Amino acid sequence: MHPAPSVILFTTLSGLGFGLLTFLGIGYPGVTGWVAFVFYAIAYALAVGGLLASTFHLGRPERALKAFSQWRSSWLSREGLCAVAALLIMGLFAIGAIFLERDWRLLGLLGAGLSLATVFTTSMIYTQLKTIPRWNMALTPVVFLSFSISGGALLAGQESLSIWLLLAAGAVQLAYWAKGDKAFAASGTTIKTATGLGGEGTVRAFEPPHTGSNYLLREFVHVVGRKHAQKLRVIALLLGFGLPIVFLVLPVESSLVKHLMAAFAVLSHMVGAAVSRWLFFAQAEHVVGLYYGKR
Amino acid sequence: MTELPTSTNRKMGLVIDLDTCVGCHACVISCKGWNTENYGAPLSDQDAYGADPSGTFLNRVHSFEVQPAATPSQPDPAAQLIHFPKSCLHCEDAPCVTVCPTGASYKRVEDGIVLVNEDNCIGCGLCAWSCPYGARELDLAEGVMKKCTLCVDRIYNENLPEVDRVPSCVRTCPAGARHFGDLGDPESQVSQLVAERGGMDLMPEMGTKPVNKYLPPRPKDQLDEQIDVLAPLLAPVTQGPGGFLGWLDKALDKLPGHASGQSSGGST
Repeated sequence: MHPAPSVILFTTLSGLGFGLLTFLGIGYPGVTGWVAFVFYAIAYALAVGGLLASTFHLGRPERALKAFSQWRSSWLSREGLCAVAALLIMGLFAIGAIFLERDWRLLGLLGAGLSLATVFTTSMIYTQLKTIPRWNMALTPVVFLSFSISGGALLAGQESLSIWLLLAAGAVQLAYWAKGDKAFAASGTTIKTATGLGGEGTVRAFEPPHTGSNYLLREFVHVVGRKHAQKLRVIALLLGFGLPIVFLVLPVESSLVKHLMAAFAVLSHMVGAAVSRWLFFAQAEHVVGLYYGKR
Repeated sequence: MTELPTSTNRKMGLVIDLDTCVGCHACVISCKGWNTENYGAPLSDQDAYGADPSGTFLNRVHSFEVQPAATPSQPDPAAQLIHFPKSCLHCEDAPCVTVCPTGASYKRVEDGIVLVNEDNCIGCGLCAWSCPYGARELDLAEGVMKKCTLCVDRIYNENLPEVDRVPSCVRTCPAGARHFGDLGDPESQVSQLVAERGGMDLMPEMGTKPVNKYLPPRPKDQLDEQIDVLAPLLAPVTQGPGGFLGWLDKALDKLPGHASGQSSGGST
């Protein structure tokens, strides 16, 4: 699949933003006043920024509001509704925390649940696609949720907890790659099932329909960059999980250095998560490539 | 509404005969011609006369090489070239419809045709992602999704002569490789053709239940004995002339100078 920067930005940033909102909603940290303002500003910048970035890949962004209508069948529609609901509920909760020094527990829990539901519905947009075997796995939502929760814990300053969550997310990432590498073969879809030709013999794409490229090839067949996949996986693991854990466990005395270390951990994790998300798209192979003799 | 109908009154669709398709791409051109100036937004091209031309097509013809497996009777079978037109299969369980967030994609209850209401399409591309067949293409000029309409503006169009009330690709095909009809009616001509020729689904494992069927190519390369019968007729025909003409040929060769048409080696 074509790794569109807008979609990579959207899923990475909004995943982190909703992860942070989840922790704020359940009261870790239970902040109020100006401190709360800073936390909520970061969370909303990430979540809303990501959502806005996602509209950049639309052919007709001015009609985006219509995407809220089909929640009964469409995961994309459900994602939109969950995101708006989470942002509204958490907005109310944030007003309580920042301006009124109030902790509306039920509202916070509801907002946390909706934030996680947003990440889950995002992941289901990809998971539901049988045409892309690497995404069509139960592990895909686990990847999205574990990234969001561990990144959220990191941003929320839950140091000891985030070490364990980062370790878990790294393990999920490794399992996802291991299973994903076998997914296309396991799907049973081949050029023979695609064409119905060949019987006991072999089938090979001989001539494409056009000498030039087309929408399908640009969107679904992304071969460039895959050759560096193994190196990028190592980079994603090191930056996304390894370094942040190192930054967190380093024994430091001064609180300034401690904050600096936390900032490094967050930045490193964000870059690692973006690399992982780039691979998520770049390595995903759509079955339509079979018709073109390409993956 | 992007929920699929539980059943449709008819299942209008195409039957494509891979045995007779000659790969001329006439269906591609007539499809683009009809659909660029009728239903919905035009099918745009980008850089049409430049170095990297591309454009929106609702129907494309692939070509595949099939190498049959060797058998005792056919130890060295010849490869076959199969031309393979591909457009929307108007699936009964169309994933492109249910993923649509706006309700722009829908499947009609009356005839099972899958259509896009372009006024509602936001161009997110998710329906194209969900289609295993590459039947949907986002038009870059218009920013909306384009797909085969089964020429919905022809098949019921009483302004056209009756013979033209079929999809443009079917009307155009010079090889008779494309057939149009109701695949939900077992008595229809297309259904009987499918039954007779063993019509097949593409990627049945995807669970999309395509309405369009493909007729497999008939086995070829079975001419061994006939080649023996024809062999005497294929004896070399380049022998020199006999009789008077033969004498004349030799006599002229003996004259000085080169014979015309021979650049070298002529006897003098």
